[in-house]
Amino acid sequence: MAGAESSVTLLSLEPPGWGGNLLRGAMNSIIIALGAFFLGCMIGIGGALGKLSGGPVTRDLLAVYTTVVRAVPELILILLLYYAGTDLLNQVLRAFGYRPVEISGLVAGIGVLGIVQGAYATEVLRGAIQAVPRGQIEAARAYGMTPFQTFRRVTFPAMLPLALPGLSNLWLIATKDTALLAIVGFSELTLETRQAAGSTRAYFTFFLAAGALYLLMTLLSGRLFGVIETRFRRHQVGARA
Amino acid sequence: MTRGFWQPHRIGLMLAGLGICVWAAFAMRWDWIPRYAGLGLEGLWRTLWLLTLSIVIGFAAAVPLGLAQAAGPKFLALPAKWFCTVVRGTPLLLQIWLIYFGLGSLFPQFPAIRQSELWPYLRQAWPYALLALSVSYAGYEGEIMRGAFKSVPHGQLEAARAYGLSRWTVLRRIWLPQALARALPTLGGEAILQLKATPLVATITVIEIYAVASRVRQDTFIIYEPLLLLALVYLVIAGLIALGFRWLERRLTPGLG
Repeated sequence: MAGAESSVTLLSLEPPGWGGNLLRGAMNSIIIALGAFFLGCMIGIGGALGKLSGGPVTRDLLAVYTTVVRAVPELILILLLYYAGTDLLNQVLRAFGYRPVEISGLVAGIGVLGIVQGAYATEVLRGAIQAVPRGQIEAARAYGMTPFQTFRRVTFPAMLPLALPGLSNLWLIATKDTALLAIVGFSELTLETRQAAGSTRAYFTFFLAAGALYLLMTLLSGRLFGVIETRFRRHQVGARA
Repeated sequence: MTRGFWQPHRIGLMLAGLGICVWAAFAMRWDWIPRYAGLGLEGLWRTLWLLTLSIVIGFAAAVPLGLAQAAGPKFLALPAKWFCTVVRGTPLLLQIWLIYFGLGSLFPQFPAIRQSELWPYLRQAWPYALLALSVSYAGYEGEIMRGAFKSVPHGQLEAARAYGLSRWTVLRRIWLPQALARALPTLGGEAILQLKATPLVATITVIEIYAVASRVRQDTFIIYEPLLLLALVYLVIAGLIALGFRWLERRLTPGLG
């Protein structure tokens, strides 16, 4: 077992230590999580509106999307979407006479995790939109707002506080799901940690350090979401039945 | 289901889906299946028992964890809360690797462990996989059981105590059954999440169904077919879990709101 002193040396930021690598990995994890969360929210808004006010075919297709994504392990979806996505893009490029490209791990990771997050976000946002009192939406329509204006001015701000707990949960899942990209070889925090641990054989030091980094991320973002939630709820005192 | 299931557009969609399946059956390569069927079944079996055992062990740990947080004294509640926070705040893959590589490199340094009866098991990967999966499930479920224990009306527990039931009897006959009934819908969803977590143990050389599919991919260079079949297998298992929990809910929660 490595003593405390050698642990400090191993974790130092300068090259003999691996701290710099770990922090770079953590940075990559955060970027991917942010991108995937944002993409997931966009897909979620579209999916929720489609499920609530789309035609029968749209609704059924969205039901298939959310069911399949939530029942199949993320790891398999990542592999499938990664290979299929790269293949498809290159075929399209070839059809238009361009040369095939190598998709960067960052873009692929964000895309794949975003599609996974989108399925969960669809359900969260659908529930939140449904919980907005119908009278408010009808009133907005009666004022002559277009559907888009109604959504932007009434439905969206009214459903946001209701959706925040679910969304904060999704964000935590996003940060932890970035670890799965280690398996397709993208050097985020978990893979950097494993490489550092493997080459120094100080497994506990590095895995515990990475665990602390992840925990820091989740605890801080939990606190942040708490602040955002109180901010958005402050107009709602007594307004909710 | 209130509206009819067999609407015209749905029949059309199903025909389209069927068409895709038929196309996949004929246009894609499935000739590797007979060669890997035995290995696949073995892997499926390993996935299923890892899932079941980790749920049973994890849940057995989750009940005291939830109880400690909901009603325990501070010196029990705080560690339980920290355990749940740490488990839920770090990725499962990291936990699996910490337990497998960490403990796996620690144990051989002690001659006492190497000479013990347990050593033949500790040299394999599955005990570490089972431990990691159980710990993770206990962490998530401990949090859910805390909420469930707290949601049982206090008056009922007081009434039971007033009838002269011992604390243990109150827990066994009133508190736990009601908390369980309230947590059941969530537990069903969590069981599916646990199913989705099992392929991660393939990274520490446990040959479950996902690992078998990866091997097919490496041996034959066929990429999509094994993954698609694998996705189908997980879909079916998830569907069965959902059905099983719905059945349990109907049986265990008559008249509970």
